[in-house]
Amino acid sequence: MLIKQQSQILSSEITDETIYRQRRNFIKSTLAVTAALASPSVAALSNFQIEEGQKLYPGPDWLQEKLQASVKHPQFQAADKLTPYRDVISYNNFYEFGFDKRDPAKRAQNFITDPWKVEVSGEVAKPGAYHLEDFLAPHMLQERIYRMRCVEAWSMVIPWVGIPLAEVLKRFEPTSKAKYVEFTTLHDPQQMPEQDSYFGTLDWPYVEGLRMDEAMNPLAFLATGLYGQSLPPQNGAPLRLVVPWKYGFKGIKSIVKIRFTEKMPENTWNKTAPAEYGFFANVNPLVDHPRWSQATERRLPSGLFSPNRIKTLPFNGYAEQVAHLYKGMDLTKWI
Amino acid sequence: MDIAKKTVQRLIWWMIFSLSLTPAVILLFNAISQNLGADPAKEIVLELGTWAINFLWCSLAVTPVRKLFGWRAPLKYRRMLGLYCYFYATLHLLAFATFMIGWDLKILLQELTERPYAVVGFIALLLLTPLAITSTKSMQRRLKKNWLSLHKLVYIIAVLVLLHIVWQVRSDFSEALWYGLLLFWLLAYRYYKKAPSAKGRATKPNDNVVGLKIQR
Ligand code: HEM
Repeated sequence: MLIKQQSQILSSEITDETIYRQRRNFIKSTLAVTAALASPSVAALSNFQIEEGQKLYPGPDWLQEKLQASVKHPQFQAADKLTPYRDVISYNNFYEFGFDKRDPAKRAQNFITDPWKVEVSGEVAKPGAYHLEDFLAPHMLQERIYRMRCVEAWSMVIPWVGIPLAEVLKRFEPTSKAKYVEFTTLHDPQQMPEQDSYFGTLDWPYVEGLRMDEAMNPLAFLATGLYGQSLPPQNGAPLRLVVPWKYGFKGIKSIVKIRFTEKMPENTWNKTAPAEYGFFANVNPLVDHPRWSQATERRLPSGLFSPNRIKTLPFNGYAEQVAHLYKGMDLTKWI
Repeated sequence: MDIAKKTVQRLIWWMIFSLSLTPAVILLFNAISQNLGADPAKEIVLELGTWAINFLWCSLAVTPVRKLFGWRAPLKYRRMLGLYCYFYATLHLLAFATFMIGWDLKILLQELTERPYAVVGFIALLLLTPLAITSTKSMQRRLKKNWLSLHKLVYIIAVLVLLHIVWQVRSDFSEALWYGLLLFWLLAYRYYKKAPSAKGRATKPNDNVVGLKIQR
């Protein structure tokens, strides 16, 4: 194990480190064997280097167990250099916890992510409310390395752990009327102070949505962890959407509701500034944000004398997987 | 003037001078010790911009403060405040061009001409330049009345800078709101004071209509 554990974790609830390591190694070795038997392309979770002194987020036991049993997705492994763990968990847009990029890491520390309930409703055969553990129970976690491109023209490369969105959605048996999926973030001003702020223009709770075919695309992902660890609150714990071909704001965090609808959901940023943020929000270097260019991006962390500015790719480099979804659509209009 | 008084004034001058320089020093220190997070470039640009606007607002506050509280002392440091605004604004642009754009002239030119918020920022900085150049006492003397008209540009500059931050607002408008309210008050106070002081001006010939006073 290369992960450098840190003793400052709230250790009361997690397994003693040696047992934890043994168990993890045991699970990994058995997994490696079964994986090798099942399909040669599946490998156990990568061993990531996490900088020394970084806070890890243990999450509930049941999640730890799932994380330890997770496997690497054979295909979705961006070759780009990973953004260090430290930066991934300290530079976040999560306005519910504050407008500054550093606010979420500071203010979300006591955010309660377990127990957590997810409500499934709308055009489905099997609606219901589920504890997150049950919601995830039938699925094995996988690890995928995705590029994440923020609409503010910076980007990161993050190893997520989670489950394919399509697999989850299918379980609830969407009806033929289900044309879109709408996601909603928790609304709890006591825990998320900016939901009570007078100075924001956003309507809470945060809402995002996908068209059904987008949601069913193999790239669409629900994350419960990153860097092999459980998802930190500032990154959207305990459950967040990851749609790497779209701007980051589509990746709604701390999801409590999933609703299947016939009509296009009104996503929060689109409602606030329709000229700047659309429903689709596909990464598109040819269509500038009205106030800044989208042709290039700064890959974080950026060094001071090497801004790390790179060309932005259509669909954030995932055109092969998703471009067909938008055939015949004028993407300069459908921003 | 006796020597003791002069020394005290020197001391105050140096104190304000070094206090005003402190944000830049702290920023430099944090940059060297890599203490600025995942996006140090943006952090530096924002911090320098914030201090540029702070010094601009401070220099605009000198006159209202004098009228309100009768404090004349700050007047001595208004030039310094204005020059510090120019100092931070220039570094702000340099940091933007160096750390965020990497001096890619094509992108830089595009940003400075196509993005409304950058355009107004750029115009503000251009307009600040002649004010900085003519801030010396000899320039004041040489330009006489024209100096005053020239330096009234500062009101236009302030409005442009306010626009510069208003047009950056994505969701949180508190910063723009506070700076806007402050500027409104700083300008409105001058206007409000102008009318009643029209009569009193005969006795205070050095005060001009907008409440600026030429330093002699
Ligand atoms: C060529 C001129 C200028 C350029 C290119 C420029 C560029 C920028 C940029 C890129 C930002 C960050 C925007 C973001 O959040 O993405 C910014 C913010 C800012 N700038 Fe400028 N700027 C210029 C002139 C000025 C001047 C003259 C002032 C004030 C005297 C100023 C004050 C500010 C302030 C207060 C902020 C916001 C800081 C914050 O939100 O903390 N800028 N500027």
